[in-house]
Amino acid sequence: MRAKALPYLLVLPATLFLLVFFVYPALQIGVLAVSGPEGLTLRHLQTMAGHWKFGPALRWTLLLAAVVVPVQLALALGMASIVDRLKAGRDTVLYVFAIPLGLSDLAAGIIWLAIFEQSGFLNSVLLHLGVIERPVLFLGYQNVWVIFLAVVLAEVWRATAIVMVILVSGMGLIPKEYDEAGQVFGASAWQRFTRITLPLLRPSLQSALILRTLNAFEVFAVVIALGGTTLPVLMGETYQWQFMLRDRNVAAAYALVILGISVASTLFYLRALRVPRGATL
Amino acid sequence: MRRSGARRAAGARNDAPRAVVGSGPAGRFLFGASVVLLCVWVLVPIYLLLVNALSSPQEVTGFPKRFVPSFDFGSIRFFASFAGVAQALWNSIAVAALTMVMSLGLGAPAGYALSRFEFPGKEWFRMIVVMTRAFPLPLLALPLAIFFIRTGLDDTALGLAVVHTVLAIPFATLITFSLFSGVPLELEEAAWTLGCTRWQAFRKVVLPLVLPGIAASAVFAFIVSWNEVFAAAVLTVQNRTLPAFLVQSLNVSPLHLKFAGGAALVVPALVFIFAVRRYLFAMWGIASR
Repeated sequence: MRAKALPYLLVLPATLFLLVFFVYPALQIGVLAVSGPEGLTLRHLQTMAGHWKFGPALRWTLLLAAVVVPVQLALALGMASIVDRLKAGRDTVLYVFAIPLGLSDLAAGIIWLAIFEQSGFLNSVLLHLGVIERPVLFLGYQNVWVIFLAVVLAEVWRATAIVMVILVSGMGLIPKEYDEAGQVFGASAWQRFTRITLPLLRPSLQSALILRTLNAFEVFAVVIALGGTTLPVLMGETYQWQFMLRDRNVAAAYALVILGISVASTLFYLRALRVPRGATL
Repeated sequence: MRRSGARRAAGARNDAPRAVVGSGPAGRFLFGASVVLLCVWVLVPIYLLLVNALSSPQEVTGFPKRFVPSFDFGSIRFFASFAGVAQALWNSIAVAALTMVMSLGLGAPAGYALSRFEFPGKEWFRMIVVMTRAFPLPLLALPLAIFFIRTGLDDTALGLAVVHTVLAIPFATLITFSLFSGVPLELEEAAWTLGCTRWQAFRKVVLPLVLPGIAASAVFAFIVSWNEVFAAAVLTVQNRTLPAFLVQSLNVSPLHLKFAGGAALVVPALVFIFAVRRYLFAMWGIASR
């Protein structure tokens, strides 16, 4: 009898914890967004949608994800292929590539601020090269696209590592024989990459894309560090409403939007990169 | 990981004609150049931050910049003595330590159960764990803020650590699951037949084998909490962690404070990542499948 109860006893604490602090509050977000003293209401959602910053925040967030995620995927595929072929120094290169994995988005924002700020390193380089005569204010409010670019660079710099790590461990699972068979039949390196590696890498690509797209929708501290509130994003607005404007219902409405696009993108990836039954390695 | 290394070694021994990277010296040069370029791309921004952190406040705001640090500790001294910084550092450590203890304390038993038992309801548990990954977890801070005010957990290290534990539990569970799966059941059974109880067998046979991996996942949970910004910024007012402190004072703090603060965030993370580098891939590979 005791042996039968043991697994449940072991799983119980974690389950209870997740039910109380994950499942329940997750549902609570939805409740907060549509309830007020008068009962069920769409007021908070209307307040959110009617605010002038909502449209830009949604657009910038989606645009950011649409630019950052593909760039990261391409770069990470390149890095993973390099690591996969490397013989000498593989561990060192892998470690260096993986370093940004341990850094927070706030740290990444501050790091790229050191480069882009007015007395920063980019201006210094440009001055030494004779391109400019006095420092340029890159991150000013009139240069929202430069801020966007800086955020893209910082995000690509920081979070490509996680995609690469997922892809490297995915590539490690693909038997080398497949690639060798491709060589025997005379496939070029590019053909082997697109016809053998990529299809077999689908499960890893799927989880990397889901993870990264969700994280891209959650972008927050990088944007604050580099652009303050000049570049509005959904998570930043959520924070503003919760913390500065003290309206947790509208904040929850924003959270609901982030949740909505997260679920939609997850479902999209699950469908688009579906692994056929029985085709796993 | 290890198995693929062995396979590669075996492949090298039977000297079948293998395509070298690229085809000629040009290809090899291109390959080497891209490796170097990518390493530079990763390392130089960190170096530049450290240059700023190790320069005097005047040098940080001065122009043009020097590309080597002057090893003036003015910025760091200013940062260290700035009101609230010491407290924020301490809070960060306290929250991260609590997260580490809670996520492993809750996650490791679950990981063991998943690896050793088949039981009805197992899939349900896995479902919840997988669900956490398709959910923007920092948002949990919003409803939990209300819950914490009611229970007196608002603005405490424990309250924030609870949210960070939700972030870290899936990792802790999946990582320990694979660690325990790596220990053959036969070893445990042998201990049982030699008279050990289940607990003794676990403590004397399994635990020593998985301890390094457990330590690595503990460090991992620590980093997750150390780096988290949004929930920390929402849930703490007086007892801010370092990221919360930095993000809330970004628009008012001088540049040298930001850079010294950034370095204070980065350096421990670098040390931790270096400490667990051997497990990095195994862990992320598992945790993200």
